[in-house]
Amino acid sequence: MIKFKHESLETNTGLLLVATMLAISVAGMVEIAPLFLIKDTVEDVPGVRPYTPLEQLGRDIYIREGCYTCHSQMIRPFRDEQLRYGHYSLAAESKYDHPFQWGSKRTGPDLARVGGKYSNEWHVQHLIAPRSVVPESVMPNYPWLMENRLDYADIGARMRALRAVGVPYSLNQAEYERNVKQFGAEMAAQLHIPNARESLIAQVKANNYDGDPSFVSEMDALVAYLQVLGTMVDFSKIKPEELVKYR
Amino acid sequence: MATITATSPSLAASPSLAVPQYDYDIIKKFAVMSIVWAVVGMGAGVFIAAQLAWPVLNFDIPYLTFGRFRPVHTSAVIFGFGGSALFATSYYVVQRTCQTRLFAPGLATFTFWGWQAVIVLAALSYVLGYSQGREYAEMEWPIDLLILAVWVAYMAVYIGTLMNRKQPHIYVANWFYLSFILATALLHVFNNLAMPVGLFSMKSYSLFAGAQDAMTQWWYGHNAVGFFLTAAFLGMMYYFVPKQAGRPIYSYRLSIVHFWALSFMYMWVGTHHLHWTAIPDWTSTLGATFSIMLLLPSWGGMINGIMTLSGAWDKLRTDPVMRFMIVALSFYGMSTFEGPLMSLKDVNALSHYTDWTVGHVHSGALGWVAMISFGSLYHMIPRLWNTQLYSERLVNVHFWVATIGVLLYITAMWISGISQGLMWRAFDEYGNLQYSFVESVAAMHPFYVMRTIGGAFFLSGMLIMAYNITMTIRQGVRAARAPGAALAVA
Repeated sequence: MIKFKHESLETNTGLLLVATMLAISVAGMVEIAPLFLIKDTVEDVPGVRPYTPLEQLGRDIYIREGCYTCHSQMIRPFRDEQLRYGHYSLAAESKYDHPFQWGSKRTGPDLARVGGKYSNEWHVQHLIAPRSVVPESVMPNYPWLMENRLDYADIGARMRALRAVGVPYSLNQAEYERNVKQFGAEMAAQLHIPNARESLIAQVKANNYDGDPSFVSEMDALVAYLQVLGTMVDFSKIKPEELVKYR
Repeated sequence: MATITATSPSLAASPSLAVPQYDYDIIKKFAVMSIVWAVVGMGAGVFIAAQLAWPVLNFDIPYLTFGRFRPVHTSAVIFGFGGSALFATSYYVVQRTCQTRLFAPGLATFTFWGWQAVIVLAALSYVLGYSQGREYAEMEWPIDLLILAVWVAYMAVYIGTLMNRKQPHIYVANWFYLSFILATALLHVFNNLAMPVGLFSMKSYSLFAGAQDAMTQWWYGHNAVGFFLTAAFLGMMYYFVPKQAGRPIYSYRLSIVHFWALSFMYMWVGTHHLHWTAIPDWTSTLGATFSIMLLLPSWGGMINGIMTLSGAWDKLRTDPVMRFMIVALSFYGMSTFEGPLMSLKDVNALSHYTDWTVGHVHSGALGWVAMISFGSLYHMIPRLWNTQLYSERLVNVHFWVATIGVLLYITAMWISGISQGLMWRAFDEYGNLQYSFVESVAAMHPFYVMRTIGGAFFLSGMLIMAYNITMTIRQGVRAARAPGAALAVA
C-alpha cells in the first residue's frame, strides 16, 4: 500500500494539473453528458415544428435586442404561473431553439406562450411605444423595428447552419418528403431551404404583421415569432395522464 | 521574499540585477486596465440600473437599449475588471511564490493585448446587435476564438512559470489560479460550440438546443461564478491576505480541504439555475444537493482567510486595505450562505426570475470579488511602482462609500425580489391571481431607484480609487525619474 501524501501534488506541477482536471471533470461527465444520451430528456410531442424562415429571423432579432435579459420563456408547473401564462413548458417545445431562450429574469412577463394572446396591432404598438399601451411598463421603445427593412439575404445560409446542428430544414427532395410526412405539406414547403425567400415573403403578405404592406420590416419578423411562441402544441388534444411523461 | 528597492545599493550593484528579478511590466499594464474597466463596467451598470427606474434613458437609440447594454456591463466588469485583475495578480503571485520570472514573456504580452481586444470587441459587437444570446457568454464566435487563443497562451505562461519555480512547493494560491485557468478553458470551449452562418458572418447558432443547451449554458454560467469569480479570487485571497496581515495563512490543512472540495463540487451546481424547468428532475436535485454541500468548503475558506488575522485584529482599525479584505471575506461568507439557501427548490420557486437573484449576484460580485480585488490592488500597485499609496485616507473613504453602496444595492434587491415573488403567487379570496404582472413592475420603482443610488455610491468609490491609484503611480514614476534613483528602473 503506497502511502499518499498531499506533498507529492504540491511539488509536482504535472500531478497537480492532472488531479485538478479530474476533480473538475467528474460533474460534467456524470450530470451533463447523460442528458445527451438519455432519450427521454426531450420527448417527442406532436405539433412541435421548426420555425418558418420569417419566424426564425424574428427570433434572431429577439436575440439581437437582448430580450432574454428581461423576459423568460419557461413556465414552471405552479398554479399561479399556469393561471398567468398557461400550461407549463415542455422540453420538446424548445427542441429547435438554438440557442435556448429560457431566460433567468422576469423584469417583464414570461413569453413562452405569448403567441395568440394579443393582436398583431397590439404587438406593433407595444413594441414601438410600450408605455402607450401599458403605462407602468419599463420596457425600452423599439421604433426602429418598424423602419428597418428585414435583411433576409442570408436566410438560406442561416437555415443551412441550423440544419447542420440538427433542425430538420430540407435541402433535397428526400428531406422535403420526410417533412411532408412529419409536418404536413404546407409547413414542409416553408421549411424547404431552396424556397426560403419565397415562403418568407408569402408569409408576410398573408399576415401583414406590421400593418404596412409596402415592405418587409423587422417588425414583421419579430411579431411573427412572438405570435408562434407556445402555440405549436395543442394541449386540448393531449390527455392529462399522457402529460405526466412529458414533464 | 526578496524585493528590489532603490535603497539597497548592495543588491543593486550586483551584476545579476541587470535583469530585474520579476517581470512587472505586464502586471502594471493589467493592473491599470482592471481599474479602467472597473470604471467603465460599473458606469455601464449604473446606467442600465437607471434605465430600469426611468425607461426614458433608453433614448430610443438601438445601441443604448437595456437589452444590448446589459452584456456590456456584465462583460466589462467580469472579464474586463475581474479578468484583468486576475491576470495582474496571478502573474504577480506566480512569480513571487515561485521566485522566478514569467515563462515566455512574449506570450504574456499577447495575453494582455489579446484580452483587451476581446473586451473592446465584445462591447462593440453587443451594441451593434451581435450576441449569442447566452448569459455571460454573449460573445460571438470570432471573439470566442480569440478568447481561446489568449487562454491557451495564458495557460502556457502560467504552467511554464510553475515548472520553472525555484521553490520545491507550489504555494496554495497557485492551485486556485490553476484550477480557474483549467476550468475556464473547459467551460468556454463546451459552452461556445456553435455553427457559424458563414465564414464572414458574425452570426452563429448553438450546437445544442433547448434543454441540453440550457444545461450546458448554466453549467458554464454557474462556474463562471464558481471558478472565474470565486476560485481565482480565492487565489488572490490566499496570497494577499497573509501578505497584508504579515502572518501565515491560518490553517494549511483547511486550505487543502477548501481547494479540493471547492474544485470538485462547484461543477455540479449549475442546475440550481434550472429548478422547476423542463430538465430531468434528478439533475435539479443533484445540483441542489451539491449546492448545500458547497457551503462547507466555502465557509472553511472564509474562516481560513479571516482567522489569518488572529492575533493582529488591531490591523482592522489601522489598515484600510486590510479592512477591504476582511469585509470581502465576510461578503464571501454571506453570499455562499445565501446561495445554497436559494438553491433549495422551495426557496427557488419564490426567488427564481426575481431581483433577489440579481441582489445575490451583486453581494458576491461587489462585496466579495470587487472588494478583495480592491484590497489586493491597493497592496500590489505601490509595490509594482516601488512607492507608497498616495493617500490612505482616500482608501478609507473608498471603503465606506463602497460598503454603503453594496448595502443599499442588496437591500433594495432583497425587498424588490421577495415582493415580486410574493406578488406573482398571491391569490385573492376567489382563487384568482391578486396582481397583474405590471402591478409588480410598478411596485418595484422605488427599489430600482434605490439600487441605482447604491450603484452610484459604489461607482463613486471606484472613481476615488482611480484617482488615488493615478496619483500613486505618478508619484512612483516621478521618484524613479528623479536623479539618483536610476537604479530603481533596473
